[in-house]
Amino acid sequence: MKKIHVSTTVNGQQEEALCEVHQSLLDLLRDELGLTGTKEGCGTGDCGACTVLLDGRLVCSCLVLGVEAEGKEVTTIEGIAEPDSLHVVQQKFLEHAALQCGICTPGFIVAAKALLDKNPDPDETTIRYWLAGNLCRCTGYDKIVRAVQDAAQELAQSS
Amino acid sequence: MAEAVDLKAIGTRPIRPDGVDKVTGRANFGADMTLPGMVHAKVLRSPYAHARIKNVDLSKALEMDGVFAAICGRDLPEEGANDLSINILARDKALYHGHAVAAVAARTPALAEQALDLIEVDYEELHPVLSIDDAIADGATLVNENMYTNGDRSQPPSNVAAKQKFERGDVEKGFAEADVVVEESYRVPTAHQGYIEPHACIATINEAGRATVWCCTQGQFDVRSMTAGVLNKKVSDIKVIPSEIGGGFGGKTTIYLEPVAVKLSEISGRPVKMVMNREEVFRATGPTSATLCRIKVGAKNDGTITAATAWLAYEAGAFPGAPVGPGCMSVLAPYNLENLLIEGLDVVVNKPKVAAYRAPGAPQSMHAMECTIDEVARKIGMDPIDLRLKNAADEGTVAPYGPRFPAIGLVECLKAAREHPNYLSEKGEGVGRGVAVGFWFNIGMQSSAEVRIAENGAVTIMEGSPDIGGSRASMCLMAAETLGVSYETINAHVGDTEATGFCNVTGGSRTTFATGLAVVQACEDIIAQCKERAALTWDLDVDQVDWEDGKAVPKPGVNADVQPLSLADIARSAGRTGGPLLGRASLNAQGPGASFSVNWTDVTLDRDTGKVDVLAFTAVQDAGRAIHPAYVEGQMQGGAVQGLGWALNEEYIYDQKGVMENAGFLDYRVPVASDMPMIECQIVEVPNPSHPYGVRGVGETPIVAPLAATSNAVRDVLGYRINDLPLSPPRVLASLDESN
Repeated sequence: MKKIHVSTTVNGQQEEALCEVHQSLLDLLRDELGLTGTKEGCGTGDCGACTVLLDGRLVCSCLVLGVEAEGKEVTTIEGIAEPDSLHVVQQKFLEHAALQCGICTPGFIVAAKALLDKNPDPDETTIRYWLAGNLCRCTGYDKIVRAVQDAAQELAQSS
Repeated sequence: MAEAVDLKAIGTRPIRPDGVDKVTGRANFGADMTLPGMVHAKVLRSPYAHARIKNVDLSKALEMDGVFAAICGRDLPEEGANDLSINILARDKALYHGHAVAAVAARTPALAEQALDLIEVDYEELHPVLSIDDAIADGATLVNENMYTNGDRSQPPSNVAAKQKFERGDVEKGFAEADVVVEESYRVPTAHQGYIEPHACIATINEAGRATVWCCTQGQFDVRSMTAGVLNKKVSDIKVIPSEIGGGFGGKTTIYLEPVAVKLSEISGRPVKMVMNREEVFRATGPTSATLCRIKVGAKNDGTITAATAWLAYEAGAFPGAPVGPGCMSVLAPYNLENLLIEGLDVVVNKPKVAAYRAPGAPQSMHAMECTIDEVARKIGMDPIDLRLKNAADEGTVAPYGPRFPAIGLVECLKAAREHPNYLSEKGEGVGRGVAVGFWFNIGMQSSAEVRIAENGAVTIMEGSPDIGGSRASMCLMAAETLGVSYETINAHVGDTEATGFCNVTGGSRTTFATGLAVVQACEDIIAQCKERAALTWDLDVDQVDWEDGKAVPKPGVNADVQPLSLADIARSAGRTGGPLLGRASLNAQGPGASFSVNWTDVTLDRDTGKVDVLAFTAVQDAGRAIHPAYVEGQMQGGAVQGLGWALNEEYIYDQKGVMENAGFLDYRVPVASDMPMIECQIVEVPNPSHPYGVRGVGETPIVAPLAATSNAVRDVLGYRINDLPLSPPRVLASLDESN
């Protein structure tokens, strides 16, 4: 079957790719555009390792077809940091040792940043429910939740 | 000894050297590699839990456009046809649902999947053996017709691959002396390690027979030797490059894909990439054993345990090798007992071959023991921590498996727990509280490390232990402490099988202990060389030079009018004093030092739904010395939540034909953030005398105690005990309905 031409914006850059009809947005990002920061843990939308923003909305990129990215804006983990500095969520994940193996980390960071963009002062329960779609098998979530709390606090102080 | 030293780096919480790459998506994990010209391989898996494979016909798949190679079990060498090889590709029998039968390499993953449909396998379905009870029953179907218990061919073949026994004293006499005796049976279900990263590799092999394999593994050297064994090649013909690893918990200490990828590369002339999907990970990779454990404990009214027996049966999956040995060795390890009897059975069934899972074997057997101890405490009306203190193993206690414990921290952990505000606090209305003890031996084994000093004094550590949870940071901290230089000037790298000396797997909680010991010794080698260079520079004897705070200085009393030389000073002029500074160490580490823990949890129960909620969880554990305390806490917290998941929800659910019905994260439900409270940690430090900084491994012990702590808490709130795990809503609700 012929591939389909997809024009999409990824982390602010206009991208062109040829996509097979069955390929997911995750496959498009990883295999066609070489953006391997977004991870596949399950392929069924259960683990959140492939979390990206699609037109500002959190999605599991394994559940979106590549062709659906046509004309849309995608933000991946590669688009979170500034050129010369980490985003505060990334910095707080490092300071709190909120990652062990690191495979789930990109998804958590994209999701946590989206939370703080929407709700700058979430309580612990809100953080835990917002991140309930992201599985981490290493940390037990404690340090991840604390990192997000600390990031929120720092953002509040700097604004 | 470390206690007398004023530590500067060890015990601090700096950012890990590989951290930035892991929060920005740069770090390369198993599936992130690509090679020019690579093709993709997929695996055909058995639709039956037990079947004879009469024929595999690959011809139609091979004819398909875009297919480069296809293989089945007969294409792997007979010389390497051991259990590992037969698990990687079945030969004459499919031994579990999902057992690999054939593999195809094609231009794209989708084409490879399509080609699998063209492979014709002629199966003769056989009766599957699906439980310990079925496997050990008289007249049971045999998983392997040539298996004899302990290899004893004077008896008929059996599904019991091995039996073992530990005995001491006279248990009958002990039980006769007891005021109370509790005897119970417990079942723990199969659970999966649940690492988020599926297994993945790329392999390429050239015409000279030299293979290169990139993969996510806990041990690149083990991948090399296992792959060589299966392919009947020399280890020197295979180079293994470990990627970053997205979790393993023991499950990535073995191999499933690598020999298949090498073989397909050999046939196709292309690099071959293989990535499992989640369903394959559940169906065909390393879960741990389901178990049936019977425990009997006798005690006097003052709490003295007079005798204990344990009968432990572990499912091994389709090949022998359940972790029943460590299950037997750990079950009674926290207790100083005069009379004991432990029996263990390694039982094969038509389920995936079990792999190591964090403290392999201990969570299941110690769940049984710690629940039984809880019942004893209730019967004699004693605080469960006091009961354990009364019988606790300590330095000098002879462990049930033979050796005498050196300094261990169980008593210290129990005392810390007994005085902890979370233990002294009143539990609320409708809240149950449960306590349990955890234990793991820890291992030493072989490690190598190099420490290389750049011309500006920067330090590069090269070692061979894949970093699964921040170990590079621990290596850098130990190097900073030993050399007396700043943590920021040090980086640590995990080398491939040709870039670094041999290291055993990252497993057994050995990395910070054993590879850390190699790093410390390699740094000591650097210090010795720096003293020689300074002596040469100053025209002194080397024994007139000291190393203090990262600088060479003349020893007190030595008459030399010189400025101290820093590591950077010496490195800068190294060309004039004998060449680059390179420190090395390799060792087989002895005395890993067991780590004990005490955990307790507060839970509530929704009697309408059967759902248990975890309100609070506290973990106390002996780390010997916490090198990077945040990563020690991380191990304690992560292990606690894995244990809670196993206790409350996780289980393999099989249908009557041996097909796992919940092979995905939606239905095999691991804990999510909203299920869990904060996990409070208290690190106890009883230094391990076998390590210069007192390190004990900490990675595995944390998963052991949560199972029984949770069971005991649910027992407390429920008013009676449900012996089997998981304490999932359906099980608890069914029990409530029955008791009503």
